[in-house]
Order: sequence, then structure tokens, then C-alpha cells
Amino acid sequence: MIGSHVTNVHQTLMIENSEVSKSGSNTSGSLDHPPPTGRRTFLGWVIGLGTVSVAGLLSIPLVRFALDPLTRAATSTGWSDLGPTSDFSETTAPQKRTISITQTDGWRTVLSEKSIYVVKKASGELTVLTAICPHLGCSVKYNESNNQFKCPCHNGAFTTEGKLVSGPPPRDMDNLEMRIQDGHLQVRYQTFRQLVKSKEVLA
Amino acid sequence: MKQNAKQSGFMSWLDKRTGIEGLKHEALNEPIPGGARWAYVFGSGLLYILLSQIVTGVFLAMYYVASADHAHTTIEYITKQVTAGGFIRSLHSYGSSAMVVTLVVHLGQTYFFGSYKGRREILWISGLMLFALVIGMAFTGYLLPWDEKAYFATAVGTNIAGEVPIIGDWLKALMRGGTEMGTLTLSRFFVAHVFLIPAGIFAFVGAHVYLFRKAGSAGPISEDPYEPKQKSEQFYPKQVIMDIVFATILVGALGLLSYLSPVELGPKANPADTQFLPRPEWYYLPIFQWLKYWSGAYAIVGIVVIPGIVAGFLVALPFMDKSLERRPWKRPIASFSFATILCGLIFLGWQSGHEDGADAAVAKQLAKQATETEAFMKTPFKSETMGPAMLIAAPLSPEAAKGKKLFTDNSCDGCHGDNGQGTENGPKLIGVSVKFDHDELVKVLRNPTQKMRDGNMDPVEIPDDDLALLIAFLNTLK
Repeated sequence: MIGSHVTNVHQTLMIENSEVSKSGSNTSGSLDHPPPTGRRTFLGWVIGLGTVSVAGLLSIPLVRFALDPLTRAATSTGWSDLGPTSDFSETTAPQKRTISITQTDGWRTVLSEKSIYVVKKASGELTVLTAICPHLGCSVKYNESNNQFKCPCHNGAFTTEGKLVSGPPPRDMDNLEMRIQDGHLQVRYQTFRQLVKSKEVLA
Repeated sequence: MKQNAKQSGFMSWLDKRTGIEGLKHEALNEPIPGGARWAYVFGSGLLYILLSQIVTGVFLAMYYVASADHAHTTIEYITKQVTAGGFIRSLHSYGSSAMVVTLVVHLGQTYFFGSYKGRREILWISGLMLFALVIGMAFTGYLLPWDEKAYFATAVGTNIAGEVPIIGDWLKALMRGGTEMGTLTLSRFFVAHVFLIPAGIFAFVGAHVYLFRKAGSAGPISEDPYEPKQKSEQFYPKQVIMDIVFATILVGALGLLSYLSPVELGPKANPADTQFLPRPEWYYLPIFQWLKYWSGAYAIVGIVVIPGIVAGFLVALPFMDKSLERRPWKRPIASFSFATILCGLIFLGWQSGHEDGADAAVAKQLAKQATETEAFMKTPFKSETMGPAMLIAAPLSPEAAKGKKLFTDNSCDGCHGDNGQGTENGPKLIGVSVKFDHDELVKVLRNPTQKMRDGNMDPVEIPDDDLALLIAFLNTLK
């Protein structure tokens, strides 16, 4: 009761005094006489500079946090072992092998299996071809009856060494990077862009 | 005038289009009756912490996945792998504690200074709403790492909601997204934590700051809350500097704490663990302890009635107490009740820790949990392995393994995929052995149907023994 009475009195006062109290004869002093402009501006600069430097300091860990994936080397799939080279010395026809690929994707490790062909060229050198057709990515199959690779999807045909013979593929079969380590044949699996004339590494 | 003349061309151009000088004036020249004081720094301190929580929260969301399968792994990844990840997560986690502490101090200061008086009812209530929302943020955020303590503390928290009369079970199921805790619970808590509650916080912070500026600063306890009479000082520069100093102390303290003592992550939640003793975050300990005293039929008194009375009292406060008196010692009932509640909460928190220490079995289990957390923090990060189930699972039987070789040698994988998962050129074979028995499989492989032939499926021309091996492999595709 008393409270509401007080409020009413104040409301009346408020109407009369609102302008005055805002800009202030009774809130005297600094409002009418702000500190000299020079000092205010200087302080403003000091505060601004301080704020910017603290914000800058704080943003260092944030930027490093956000850029973390960029600092990690692109996940180069390691070398997959295909066994001793002697396994392929007698070979005339291409040998199909399956290799397991491990890829790191952020907090995941993704496992997959890929097919490759080990081919002994006329010169006696070994080469490793990916089974993925450079046309649309189907798995190429080796056909022993005519000694050709054939893609089951659109009938692209390749020689035993992977040279394009006929069909829609834009280029030869893609060979993979390989090495011989302690007598073992090893290969680094990669995928390549399809439908283009030259071999381009995708991953 | 002189100032305007001094303005650079650009500033004057900008001001004409945005009115930025007016905004600056509005923001900086706010009169503070009785002058700047350290007691007033907590509100802007809270704004600073809020800003820090938003920024660190957004960055954490770059790596976090809200699913029971991956949440723990992604937090582990952030903590152990990502550059500065442990630091950012610690800033966010300690920031929540800083928020609660500063909020209680801000509320206490407003209460003891009687600053809610003088046509500030809605301002006060918007502050109480913000208090509730922040408590909600702390509750929902706690579950997100999905480690043991997060899981079990939330299981207890949602059980408490289940004690509410009539709607309790429904409320609990609504929070959990079902009767049990699971991945739906996590999704709900995530949505509440990053979308729903923040929306409320933005709205109420806007209202709170606007209403504060509208009502004006209440000034010191000797001031008339309706019509300030004391000599005033502008917000800028002295109060601004005090606010900045306080914010800098907060930055420094949170940064130092996060750097020297990063927040830990426990092992992944194991719902089957019956030994685990959940303990909430420290600022929830008083409530945790309080609820121990109210069980069975009386639970409703402790969970609903008493907290309801306290909340109702706080909301009603500015409507009941309209006297001009602001000095706490001249308002003994108000001061005494607030101090009692505050001391009671502190005592309950202390009691909770004391009881844990006094009970040997509990102390042993808590020590064991701490050791497990330490051990987990030391184990290197292990990524989640994904791929076709059979690559990860047990190796194939010799027959099936031979069958798999036949599967790739005959380029079945070309169309049906490495592991029969199917490609755009051929259907998946997973489950094919459920659809067809052995003889039917032999038949369609030897003599594909016209539809299969149209899809480029050639008859399988391998010896009968090999065909049996191939089918042995197909039988593993489930």
C-alpha cells in the first residue's frame, strides 16, 4: 500500500523532472564538463589498442585450432606389400591382387580394399595397374581368351600392358607408383580423375 | 562543434549514414549516480564471458559430432589431437564455471544493493530468466562429451525431473527422447545447448541491457532508486576502464587455468557400468546434496515445493519491496534470507564433498574413477575404424576367403562392389543368401535371368567346386 503510494508520487515527479534528470542539473559535474577532448581521445586509443591486442592474443589459439587439419600432411596411403617379386617372374598374364588401404579422415580411419593388376611387360619389367577404368570407374577385368583387359560397363578394351585398344576410355589404364623393397614388390595406391586425357592424381 | 570540425572526412561520412556518433554517445555517456565503482563490473564481466563461450563453442562445433557413436571420439580428438584443442575446450568448460560464479555475484550485488528497486521489476525478472537459462546451458553442456561422468550425472539429473508430480515421467521421456538415455538424449541436449537456450539468452540479454539503460544505473545504496540525486559520472572513461580491467582479469585467470590445468576427459560412457558414482559439476553439488535429504513421498517437497517458493520469492521481490531503503542492514529480513540461502548452498556443497571423503567405499570408488580418467588421458588417441563390416570383423573362413578371391578374380566386384555393397553398375549382394537358397543361387549364377542379362550380368563359368566356394562367400554378405 505504502509502496504503491510512493510509486505514484515518483511518477508525477518523473514527468516533471525526466528531462532534467537525464541531462542533468541535479546530476551535475562531469556531464556538463566532460574531461578535455584530448584526454578522452587518448584514453580511447589506449583502450582500443589494449582490446585489439587482447583479442589478437586470444585469437591465436582459435586460429591454430581451426587450421589444424591444414597442418596435417595429406593422408598419403602408405606402401602395400604384394609379396616377393619372384611370385611374378613366371607370369605372362596379368595377376590380379587385392590390397587393403587405410586412410585417415579426421577422427576416423577408413578401411577399404582395392584391386590392382601386376603386369610383366615385354621388356621383362614389372608394372602395376589400377583396376579402375579411366572412363567411368568400373572395375576392368582381364580376359585370357584374347589377352585383353575389358571393362564390363562400356566395352573399353586394353592390351596386356594397359594400352587403350578400343572403346570410350580417354586414355590407357593408369599405372601405380611401385618399388622393390627387400625383394618384395610394393605399390602405393592412388585414384585418378576419370574422363580426361591425361592422368591426374585425385587422392 | 569543435569535435565535429575535428572529425575526419571518413568518420563524418560514416556517421551521416549510420548515426554511429549518436550510438557512441548513448553507450559511453550513460550517467552513473555516485560515480564509477568496482561493484558494478560484474554485469559487463558476464557479457565478456558470454562472448567467450559463444566463440569457443562455435569453434568446438567444428569438430564435435552429437551422436552417441562419435561424440566421445570427437571430444577425445579435440583434446588429444587438434592443435590448442585442449585449451579451447578448457576455456569453454572453465568459462561455464566462471559464468555461474559471476552470475551469483552479480545477482547478490543487485540484491544487497537493493538495485532492483525503482521501477526495475521487469529488468530484475529478465535477469532471473537469464540465471535459469545459464543453469540450463550448464546442465545440457555437461552431457555432450559423453564420458562416464557426463552420462551418469545426466541420468541422475533427468531422473530428478522424473520425480515431478503428474508430468514427471513424461518430462523425463521428453528430455531423454525415450525412456532410456541414448543417442536421442544427446541430440536433444545438443539442440538445447546450441540452438534453443542460446536463442533465449540472446533475447533476454538484449532485453536486460535495454531495460537497464532505460531505467538507468541505480547507483550506490545511499541513492534514491527512483530519482537519483547524487553527483553522476559518465560511464566512460572510469567505469569502462574498471570493466575492462575486470574482463582482463577474467581472461587472464581463465587462460592461465586452461593452460596449466586443462579439463580432462574420462573414458567413454558405459551404460552397463553399475559401479560408477556420478558426481555433477561443482556448482551443482549443493543441489545434489540437497536432494539426498528428500526421498520417497517427500521428494516433491525438496524438488518442487521449496525451490518453487525460493524462485517465486525472487520473482515477487521487486513487487513486494518498494521502499526507498536500500542499505542491507536496514533490510534485515531480505538480507538474512538471501545470506541464509547462500550459506546453506555453500554448506551443502561442502557437506557433499565431506560425505564422499568420510565414506571409505565411496572415496575408494571416486579415487578409482579419477585414476581411470588419468589413465584414459594418457592413452594416445585411437581413431574410429570404419569400413565394410567384414574388414573390421573376424576374418573369413578358408572357403569364404577362397570364394572372395574368385569374386574379385572374376571381376564380380567391378559391378557389385568390393564387398558386395553394390555400385551404380550393379545391385548389392548383401543379404542375397537370405533371399535365395544355395540351389537357387547356383541356378541364377549359371543362367542369369533376362533382367540380369540386360544389366550386363554374364553367366558365371567356373567349375562347380569354385561356384560352391563363391556361394560360401556370398553367404557371408549379411
